Amino acid sequence: MLEVTGLRVAYGGIQAVRGITFHINQGEMVALIGANGAGKTSTLKALSRLLDISGGSVRYCGKELSILPPHQLVSEGIAMVPEGRGVFPRMSIIENLQMGAYVRRDKDGIDADREHVFTLFPRLKERAHQLAGTLSGGEQQMLAIGRALMCRPKLLLLDEPSMGLAPLMVQKIFEVVRAVADKGMTVLLVEQNAKLALEVSQRGYVMESGEITLTDESARLLANPKVREAYLGE
Amino acid sequence: MMAQLPGLGQFRRDKSAAVIASIVMGIVLAALPFLIGSGLGNSWLRIVDFAMLYIMLALGLNIVVGFAGLLDLGYIAFYAVGAYLYALLASPQFGLHYPVWLIIPAGAALAGFFGALLGAPTLRLRGDYLAIVTLGFGEIVRIFLNNLNAPINITNGPQGISGIDPLHFGGVTLAKPISFLGFTIPSLHAYYYLFLGLALFIVFVTIRLENSRIGRAWVAIREDEIAAKACGINTRNIKLLAFTMGASFGGVAGGLFAGFQGFVSPESFNLMESIMVLCMVVLGGMGNIPGVILGGVMLTILPEIFRHGAGPVQLALFGKILLDPEALRMLLFGLALIVVMLYRPAGLWPSTTRRREFKGESTTDVLKEGE
Repeated sequence: MLEVTGLRVAYGGIQAVRGITFHINQGEMVALIGANGAGKTSTLKALSRLLDISGGSVRYCGKELSILPPHQLVSEGIAMVPEGRGVFPRMSIIENLQMGAYVRRDKDGIDADREHVFTLFPRLKERAHQLAGTLSGGEQQMLAIGRALMCRPKLLLLDEPSMGLAPLMVQKIFEVVRAVADKGMTVLLVEQNAKLALEVSQRGYVMESGEITLTDESARLLANPKVREAYLGE
Repeated sequence: MMAQLPGLGQFRRDKSAAVIASIVMGIVLAALPFLIGSGLGNSWLRIVDFAMLYIMLALGLNIVVGFAGLLDLGYIAFYAVGAYLYALLASPQFGLHYPVWLIIPAGAALAGFFGALLGAPTLRLRGDYLAIVTLGFGEIVRIFLNNLNAPINITNGPQGISGIDPLHFGGVTLAKPISFLGFTIPSLHAYYYLFLGLALFIVFVTIRLENSRIGRAWVAIREDEIAAKACGINTRNIKLLAFTMGASFGGVAGGLFAGFQGFVSPESFNLMESIMVLCMVVLGGMGNIPGVILGGVMLTILPEIFRHGAGPVQLALFGKILLDPEALRMLLFGLALIVVMLYRPAGLWPSTTRRREFKGESTTDVLKEGE
């Protein structure tokens, strides 16, 4: 579904991503793990076209993505949940979800999808009219994921959903992500929390200073002594 | 069924209350020039006419600053573009005398074009940086107007353009009293009704915009630009649209100003004017249309009250004039601004969202309000 070949991203003269190659199959959940500054977020931002790609190609369902402007990705079926949540703080939860469906015009479908998001995250339904800025961090993350789902994506890009959240909240969010993926959604999960990410995903890539150093099935990565030592703290 | 009935009745009552309120409002607005004209004199009626122009300007700037969250300190340049276009096309300057219905829309279009011209290079800027660039833009326009009298004299430089045709429609000019079905409408009253009509039209357009897809996209960009992009909003076009729409309102107001005043000079379009319009938006209640209108009225009228009131009050209190009313005017005005911002930081009439945010209401209250 997504085919990334030799992707390069640079900030000025500094290369953040040095020609990485990976792919995601339809219906698969793939984790991209690595330490701080390894280039994970830069990779995701480049995929969602928020950062310029300085080299390589990104093919999605046979289409070259690197030439599309960012706002068109949503129509192509790619939704991104930005790092640090990025909800619209002075809009209510309902309004935030409505913005997620910005490119859609089928009112009935939108209403149905909103109800679906509410069943995934009952917490959001309870607070439907509350301003997003007054929600807790975890609730904001739920809202950001819910909003991304509102455009009925085929591919969901998640940037560090566990960042700055209490363990219990992280678990809840990952349960929902897992549930969404089980229903056939293709997910790319960028995470620092390697253990969690590898537990929910099928395959994983390990990134280190802008390069992919290791790839395998997630279960085997979890058992890999190198990974255990470097990322699981053993 | 039974449970629904009270709700329906409530709705009907609200609706009829709204109808009554608009009728009362309509009568007051229609009678206002006669009340002010006979009670306070024509100079005050002129001030009210200007208040209408400032409402248009404030609503235009509100699109850029209030809705889209793009701080613009050079907004008065668009007012200048509209005013100078009118002045050049309907005055002895070039001997041109085009009809009003052609110049005003042309002024809106040209100002809109300048809006896009300012928006295009500043798309990546926000906050302080954007403010500085727009400030520069406003000054550039003013300085151009000031200096475009050589080598070819276009704007007549600092002397400005005088003898501008008054607003006129067919053979009817608003500069003289108009006889209509046995009534005689004095000139200032006629201007009032024209400006009121256009201001109401702009209010209507702004309300429609606010509740449209475009309006929601503007607010989304203001709230979080990256998230807006992630929602599939073409942030570049939507921002340019905000600049263009806002500027075109300024262009309309500018054209009306030129026809009303009969004279334009670069002096009328300095930085202070931009800041004044921005104050109207911020003080009234950024992003909230009734608030912005209130801000426009207050900030036009208040300095005039200080100007006219400071002298007599001093005479009554001290028996002589201690401080020049002109100097005192700005001092009192500044003080009023500070007081408002201290006690109503969200503006005089903020939107419900902003009020909630500033008050930091508890979540349960917010829930009730939203239900």
